[in-house]
Amino acid sequence: MAKPPAKKAPERSEKRKDAFSIFLDEVSRAPITIPILAIITGLIIGGLIVALTTEEVYAAWSHSPIEAIQVGLRAAWSSYSALFTGAIGNPARIVDALKGGDALEIRRAFNPIFESLTKSIPYIFAGLAVALGFRAGLFNIGAEGQIFIGAITSVVVGFALTGLPAIIHIPLALLAGALGGALWGFIPGLLKAKTGGHEVINTIMMNYIAFRLSEYLLRGPLQRPDSFNPVSPFIQDSAKLLRFFGDPIRFNLGFFIALGVAWLVYWFLFKTKWGFDFRTVGANPNAAKYAGMNIVVVTIAAMSLSGALAGLAGANEVLGLNYNLALAFSSGYGFDSIALALLGKSHPLGVVLAALLFGTLRNGALQMQVSAGIPIDIISVMQAMILAFIAAPAIIRTIYRLRAPSAVEEEIRVRGWGG
Amino acid sequence: MAPVLELRGITKRFPGVLANDHIDLTLEKGEIHALLGENGAGKTTLMNILYGLYQPDEGEIFVKGKKLTVHSPTDAINAGIGMVHQHFMLIPVFTVTENVMLGDEMTKAAGVLDREAAAQRVKQISEDFQLSVHPDAYISELPVGVQQRVEIIKLLYREADILILDEPTAVLTPQEADELFKIMRSLTDQGKSIIFITHKLREVLRAADRITVIRLGKVVGTTTPRKATENKLASMMVGRDVLLRVDKKAAKPGKVVLDVKDLKVTDDRKHLTVEGVSFDVHAGEIVGVAGVQGNGQTELVEALTGLRQPLSGKIQLLGKDITDAFPREITELGVAHIPEDRQRDGLVLSFPVADNLVLNSYYREPYTKGVIMQEQKINSSAKQIIRDFDVRTPSANTTVGSLSGGNQQKVIVARELSRPIKLVIASQPTRGLDVGSIEYIHKQLVARRDQGAAVLLVSSELDEIMQLSDRIAVMFRGNIVDILDARKVAKREVGLLMAGVVKGKQAARKSVRTKKRK
Repeated sequence: MAKPPAKKAPERSEKRKDAFSIFLDEVSRAPITIPILAIITGLIIGGLIVALTTEEVYAAWSHSPIEAIQVGLRAAWSSYSALFTGAIGNPARIVDALKGGDALEIRRAFNPIFESLTKSIPYIFAGLAVALGFRAGLFNIGAEGQIFIGAITSVVVGFALTGLPAIIHIPLALLAGALGGALWGFIPGLLKAKTGGHEVINTIMMNYIAFRLSEYLLRGPLQRPDSFNPVSPFIQDSAKLLRFFGDPIRFNLGFFIALGVAWLVYWFLFKTKWGFDFRTVGANPNAAKYAGMNIVVVTIAAMSLSGALAGLAGANEVLGLNYNLALAFSSGYGFDSIALALLGKSHPLGVVLAALLFGTLRNGALQMQVSAGIPIDIISVMQAMILAFIAAPAIIRTIYRLRAPSAVEEEIRVRGWGG
Repeated sequence: MAPVLELRGITKRFPGVLANDHIDLTLEKGEIHALLGENGAGKTTLMNILYGLYQPDEGEIFVKGKKLTVHSPTDAINAGIGMVHQHFMLIPVFTVTENVMLGDEMTKAAGVLDREAAAQRVKQISEDFQLSVHPDAYISELPVGVQQRVEIIKLLYREADILILDEPTAVLTPQEADELFKIMRSLTDQGKSIIFITHKLREVLRAADRITVIRLGKVVGTTTPRKATENKLASMMVGRDVLLRVDKKAAKPGKVVLDVKDLKVTDDRKHLTVEGVSFDVHAGEIVGVAGVQGNGQTELVEALTGLRQPLSGKIQLLGKDITDAFPREITELGVAHIPEDRQRDGLVLSFPVADNLVLNSYYREPYTKGVIMQEQKINSSAKQIIRDFDVRTPSANTTVGSLSGGNQQKVIVARELSRPIKLVIASQPTRGLDVGSIEYIHKQLVARRDQGAAVLLVSSELDEIMQLSDRIAVMFRGNIVDILDARKVAKREVGLLMAGVVKGKQAARKSVRTKKRK
C-alpha cells in the first residue's frame, strides 16, 4: 500500500503568531491527515467486526474474557494477514519461488501485487471522473452508467473493426469508450446547464438507462452468435492492451494509461486556463459569473469530460481484462469511485493513491474470503466506514483530539466581520 | 451596587490571532455603552463570547455580581442577555407575534399555541417601550426599521435586561437610525442596559453614555461623548491620525462615459425592481447613487455589468451599446466593478491571493500563453500589485478567505483598479470596513476620477455618498427620484428623498407601496 508522508499537526503551534507559523499551521493541518487516520480507524473497526462475528470468540467468552479477547485478536490477525497475502503476496512464497527459479511459480508468487495494481485501474479512471466533477462543483453519480456505455462503445470498436494495427486499433477503441462515456455525461450536463435539472437526479436516471441498454444489447444485437449467455463477441487481438507478463498476471498497459491520464487531469485542472474556469465555477459560481466565465459551457464540458474518464474505466475493463462484455461486469466501480474521490480530496494524486488502496483491498478481500472464511462484504463495510469518517471529519478529530482546522474558525470570524 | 455586567480579562486566541487580549468591560444599569472598533478589532468575538458562541481562553463574566459561565446562547438568554444580530433572524411569512413566540412558545392545554396571550404580551411590550409594532403584521410587510424593533421585542419577550445591538444602524436610513436611538433611550429609561456595537463615530457621540474603544483585541480606553470628538475617537480606533474628510478637488467632467436610458430590470423572482431609470456619468466625475438597500441598486449594477439581462432600455459605454453584452466584454471595454457582496461575487475565498488578482484577466496574455497559465508571471505581478496597493497578506499564495475583510476588499480594489479603466462601478465599496481601509478606498476612487475615469458609486452610507460624489442620484423603490448637485444639497434633504419623501409630496411612500401591491 502506498502511503503518502503524513504530517501531523504540531498541537501547540498557535502560541507563535508570526506569518511563518500561520503558514506552518496550514501545512501541518494538511488534508492528508484525516484520510490516513480514517483508513486506520476503518481497519481497526473492521478488525473489531471480524472478531465480533467469529463464533469461537463467543465460545471462548464462557471460559474467560481474556481468552475471548485473545481469540478475537487472533481472528482479526488471521483475516488481515490473509488480506495482506491476498493483496501483496506471501513473502515466504516469493522467496521460495525466486530460489526455485521456476518462471511460472515466480509469476504466481508475484501475482497478488500485480493483481492489486490491475484492480485499481478502473478505480483510477472512475475516481478521476468523479473528482473532476467535484472540482467543477458537479456531483457525478453517473460514473457507473458511463462505465457501461464506455465499455459498450469500446467493445464494439474492439470486435467490429478488423485488420487494423494495434497502434491504431487500441487508441480508437479507447477513444470510443471515452466518447461513449462523454455522451452519457453530456446529457445530464446539458440538462443541468440549460434547464437547471439537478445532475444528481439525472445521472442516476442515466445509470438505469445504461444498465437496461447494455442488457438489451447483450441479449440482442451485441450477443455473441455462438453463445446462449448474454455476452458480446471477443475483441480483436489488435485491440487488446499489452500484458507485460505471462499468465496468470493480468497487469497491463492500462495501468500506465491511467497514470498518464491522472497526470493529464492534474495538468488540465491546475495548469490551464480551462482548469481555472472549472475550479472557479466549482468553488464559487457567482464569482465565476462575475469574472466573465461561461458557466453553461463549463458545466457541460465538465460533465462530458467526467463521463469520458468514466468511459475509459469501462474501456479498460474490456480491452485490458475481459476482452468481451458481460452483464453487470463493473461491480460498482462507479459508485465506489465517489467514495474514492472524496478520500482523495478530489486531487488526481489523491485519487490515484485512494484507487490503489481500494484496488488492494478488493483484491485482498478475495483471498481473505477463501483462506480465512471472512466474507468479502467486510471490505465493503470498511470502505463505508472510511468514507463516513472522511465525510464527517469531526468524528476523527474527536477520536484523535485533533484541533479543528483554522480555516473553519477563520470562516466563522470572517462572517462575523462581514458588514 | 454591582454593575449589571462585568467582563474581566477576557482573552480569546484563534490560530495566529489574538482576537481578545485581557478585555475588561463594565456595563452599568440603564446605560448605553458603545463598543467602538475597527472591523477585526475583536468586538464581534467579544460579544460572541458573551453570547456563548465561543468559549474564552481566559477571563470571567459577572452578571449582577454573580459569576456566569456561558456555554451556549441558551445560557446567555437565561441570564438575561439578548442579542440583535446584524442580519435579522425573522421569518417573513410569519406575523410579528409568531416570530416573537418562535422558540419560546406559550401553549394552552395539549400543546395548542396560545396566540392571543402572546399577542397580548407583544402589544404590552410594544406600548411599554414605545415601539409601535402591531402584533399581527406580517414581517414581509414591515420596513427594515420596524423589523429591527421586532428583534428587540423578541429579546424583551424573553425578559432580557442586557441588550447587545450589533451594528444596528447598518441597514437603516438616517431617519430610521434617529428613531432607533430614541427607542434605545426609552429602553434604558426603564432599566434595561445596552451594549451598542458600531464603527460609526457620529452615532457613538449621539447615542452612547460611555464609549469603550477596542483596537487589535485590546481595550484602548473608555471615554464619554462629552469628552470625546470624532477625530479623537478615530485616532484611538486606528492608532494614528485619520483623515475623516475626503480631500478632493472640484471635478472636471469630460465627455459622457456611461449613458443609461429608461432601463428596466427585474429581480430573480421577475419582479420589476428597476422601473425605468435614466442617467449618465461623465469622465472625471463621481456620481453617487444614494438609497436604502433593496431599492433596486443591486439589480441596476448587475444590469450595468452584464450580470443580469435588462428587461428593456439602453446602456451605452462611450457610445457603444452594451445593453446585452456579456460581463467579459464589458470588463474588456475598461469597466472596473467592485461588487456589492465581495465574498459572494468578488472573490474565490479558497483560492490564493494571486489567483484572485487575475480573476478576470487570467485567460489573456501575459497570464496565459496558449492555454497554459503562466504561474510565474501571475505570481510576480501579484507581488507587485500587493506592494502597490498595500494588501496585508503573508504571501501571494495565502488563501483570500484567511485575510481580514478590509484586505479582502483591497484585493478586489487592487484587481479592478490596476488595469486601464474608463469606468469604475463601485457598489458598497466600504461596507463593513474599518476607518483605515475606508480612507484608502476613498482616496483610490478620487484618484481614478482625477485621472479621468468615470466613477459610479453605489452606497447606502449617506456620509460616503455626500463626501465623495460630485452628483447624487437618489434611488427609491426602483426609480431615481432626483439627481442633485452634491455641492448644493444638504444631507437631510437626501435622507428624506431616500425615505421616499418628495418635496411637498409627503404621501409618496404610501402611493408607491400601494402601487406595488397590485
